Amino acid sequence: MKIDSLESLRQWREKLPPVESKKLTLYACAGTSCLSSDSDLLIERLRERIKAEPLEAEVELVRTGCVRFCGLGPVLLLEPEGVAYGKVTLKDVDEIVDEHLKRGNIVERLLYEDPEAGLVKSTQEMGFYKKQKRIALKNCGRIDPWRIEHYIKQDGYEALGIALSEMTSQEVVEIIKQSGLRGRGGGGFPTGRKWEFTLQESSDEKYIICNADEGDPGAFMDRSIIEGDPHTLIEAMAIGAYATGANQGYIYIRAEYATSIEPLRAALDDAREHGFLGKDLFGSGFDFDIEIKLGAGAFVCGEETALIHSMEGQRGEPTTKPPFPSQRGFRGKPSTVNNVETFANIPQILLNGPEWFASVGTEGSKGTKVFALAGNVKNIGLVEVPMGITFNEIVYEIGGGPSGKEPVKAVQIGGPSGGVITKEHFDTPIDYDSLDAIGAMMGSGGLIVMDETSDMVEIAKFYLDFTQDESCGKCTPCRVGTKRMYEILDRLTEMEGVPEDLQRLRMLGENIQLASLCGLGQSAPNPVLSTLDAFPDEYMAYAYRTKRTAYAIDADLCIGCTKCKRVCPVDCIEGEVRETHIIDEAACTACGACYSVCPKDAIIRP
Amino acid sequence: MKKDVLDITDLDETRLVELDNYIDKITGDPEEELIHVLHFAQQQFGYLPHNLQRYVAKRLDLPSATVNGVVTFYSLFSEEPRGKYTISVCMGTACFVKGADKVLERILELTGSEKGKMSEDGLFTVEDVRCIGACGLAPVLTINEKVYGNVGVEDVDDIIRQYKRSGRRED
Repeated sequence: MKIDSLESLRQWREKLPPVESKKLTLYACAGTSCLSSDSDLLIERLRERIKAEPLEAEVELVRTGCVRFCGLGPVLLLEPEGVAYGKVTLKDVDEIVDEHLKRGNIVERLLYEDPEAGLVKSTQEMGFYKKQKRIALKNCGRIDPWRIEHYIKQDGYEALGIALSEMTSQEVVEIIKQSGLRGRGGGGFPTGRKWEFTLQESSDEKYIICNADEGDPGAFMDRSIIEGDPHTLIEAMAIGAYATGANQGYIYIRAEYATSIEPLRAALDDAREHGFLGKDLFGSGFDFDIEIKLGAGAFVCGEETALIHSMEGQRGEPTTKPPFPSQRGFRGKPSTVNNVETFANIPQILLNGPEWFASVGTEGSKGTKVFALAGNVKNIGLVEVPMGITFNEIVYEIGGGPSGKEPVKAVQIGGPSGGVITKEHFDTPIDYDSLDAIGAMMGSGGLIVMDETSDMVEIAKFYLDFTQDESCGKCTPCRVGTKRMYEILDRLTEMEGVPEDLQRLRMLGENIQLASLCGLGQSAPNPVLSTLDAFPDEYMAYAYRTKRTAYAIDADLCIGCTKCKRVCPVDCIEGEVRETHIIDEAACTACGACYSVCPKDAIIRP
Repeated sequence: MKKDVLDITDLDETRLVELDNYIDKITGDPEEELIHVLHFAQQQFGYLPHNLQRYVAKRLDLPSATVNGVVTFYSLFSEEPRGKYTISVCMGTACFVKGADKVLERILELTGSEKGKMSEDGLFTVEDVRCIGACGLAPVLTINEKVYGNVGVEDVDDIIRQYKRSGRRED
C-alpha cells in the first residue's frame, strides 16, 4: 500500500490495532546487549510456548529494540502491570508461561531487587526508570522495529506528512530553531541554524547525511536507536531533507555495526514500499531517498569532514573548515551532517511543538540527552534524562550507587574526547554550558562511573592509547603529540618517570588542543589534562615513584582463611591456615584478586 | 626498467568473476564505491593481497596507490591472510608468570604457524596480546570471541584438536 496523502496515512493508522491490544503484552528485548546473552533463543522459545498453549488470543509477544536496563539482560517487560523480569534464561520460560501468562502469578525470583525497596514489581517504582524522560528513545523498546505498523500507530510519519502538506522549508527550520535543539554527537551546535545554512545555499543538488559512526568505546546510544526504532531516523532525515532542500540522504554507518544494518535496510525497503521514500512523498511533489554508506573501521570518521571523504571512497582524513559541509560537503555540494540521536528528536518536536521541547531542560540546553551508563555502578544501561539533571541524580538514583563496597570517586564523561568530573562537581547540572564552565564537555554520551579503586593515570593512559591509535596521521600535533603523551604516561606507570614529565604532559596537551586540525586531536588530551587537574596526587605518586604498586595484608584483620592465597594468580601470598598471611610485594602484580575475595577487608590496596 | 606485470594467476577464478559482477553493477562514480568494493573483495578472498588491490585499481580506473592508501587507512581491511580462528594469548604479567609463553609456544607448534601469520591449513592466526584484564583466570587466551581461562600447556592439545576438527568439518 502506498500512502499518497496525510489523509490516507491517518486512515491507515485509524484501522491499525494498538500495540497493546490484548490482555497482556510481553515485550522481549532484542537489543545488542540482551542478544549477546541469547535473548533471541529466549524469544523463540516464548513464541513456541505461547503458540502451543494456545495463548495467542490473550498474549501479544513483541520483539523490541533496547529496553535500556542492559545490566539486567535479557529483559522481559509485561504490560499493563509493568512487571520487569531480568536475567531471564531458557530454563525460566516454562515458569513464566505457566505461572504468569496462564495464572497471573508474578515469578518473584526473576524480579529486580532494590537494595532498599526490596523486590520491585513495577518498572514505575524502579529508580532506574523513574527519573528518565524519553523523547529520542520514545519508541525504543516499545515497538517491534521490523513492523512498520507499530511505528505508524505511534504517530509514525505524521510529522513528515504535516511538514510536507502544511509547511514551507523555512517554517520547518524555524520550528527546529525555536526548539533549541543542539547537536547530540558532541559538538552541540544548534541544529536549526545548521539546517538554515544549507537551506540558504543555492545548488542544483544538496545532501542530508546521518552520522552513525558511533565510535566511542562503550557508547551504544545511536546503535540502539537504529536497531530499535529505525523509522524515526528515516522520517527525521526526510524532514531534514525537505527543510534544507536536499533530495538524497545517506546514512554513514560503521561496518562494525553489521547487525544494525539488517533491520535498517528492511526499514528502508518498508518505507519505500509505503511511499515514505521515493517520488512525490505525500503527494507533495517532494522526492527523497536514502542510501547506506559503510565505514571500514576508523574512529576519525566521526568527524564530519573525514566522514564525507570516507563516503567519497577516500581515506577518512579531515580537512579544515571553512568551507563547512553546509557550503561544500559531499561531492562538493551543500550537505547537512547530523547525528542519529539529534535526528531522533525531530519528529517529536514537530508533533508536539517547539515550546513543548523547549520546556524540557535548561536555558541553553533544551530537551534530553541519552547516556550509556556503565562502570562501577549498580544499574548499567541506556539512560535518557532531561538536560539539567545532576551527576548525583544519575549516579545514585538512576544508577543505584556504586556496585562494589568502595564509594564513587569520579565520573568520566565523553569517552576519549572528554574528561573526569570529581565528586565536588556532582551537583553540576548536566547541560552544555554548565559542563563547559567546569572545563568538561557533554560528548556523545559515554558515562563511566569510577570508584575509589580506579587508577586515574591508568585510565588516562587507556584513553590516550585509543586516540593515538586512531589518530589519522594527517596533522603532526595529533600524530606525534598523542604518541609522545602516551609514551610519558607509559613511562610513569612503569615507575620510570620523572617529576618534569607532568609539566611535559600539560604543555604537550595544551599545544595539541590548540594546533590539531580536527576535533579528534583537539580533544585527545582532555582525559589526561582533566585527571591531571583533578587528581594531581595520583600523577605525583607515579612521577616521584612513591606509589605503592603491591597489595598488602593488615595483620590485625587477617584470620588466615587462605582465600587470598588460593586466588592469587602469581602465587605471591604465603601463610598457613589460621595464621596471618603475607604478600610478597616484589612479585605482586596488583591484579586485585585477593582484595575482592577477602571476607574481612584485611587487604590494603596500593 | 623492468615492466611490472599484474599477475593474478593465484587468485581464485570464480571469486574473481563474482568481484567482476559486483564491479559491473556500479552505476555512479567508481571511486565513491571503492570502500564497498574492498569490503566485497575481502569477503570473497578473506584478505586483500597486493595483486588483488591492483586488480581492483585497474577495474575502477584508479591509481594503485589510491587503493592501497585506502586499504591501509581502515583497520577492518587486512593485507595479511587471516586464519578462520584468531587465537590471542594474553601476555600480561599474571599470565606470563603462570607460563603463558610456554602456552603460546605449544600453540604455535601445534598449529604449525608463526606468530601473526596464518597457519598453512588456513585455520589459525596466533598472536600475543596485552593484558585482557582477566588475571584471576591466568593464563588466559581467547579464540575468536570465546575466552579460555586457566589454560595449562597440557590443555592446549585438546583445545587445538577440537578446533582443527570443527574447522575441517565446516569445510
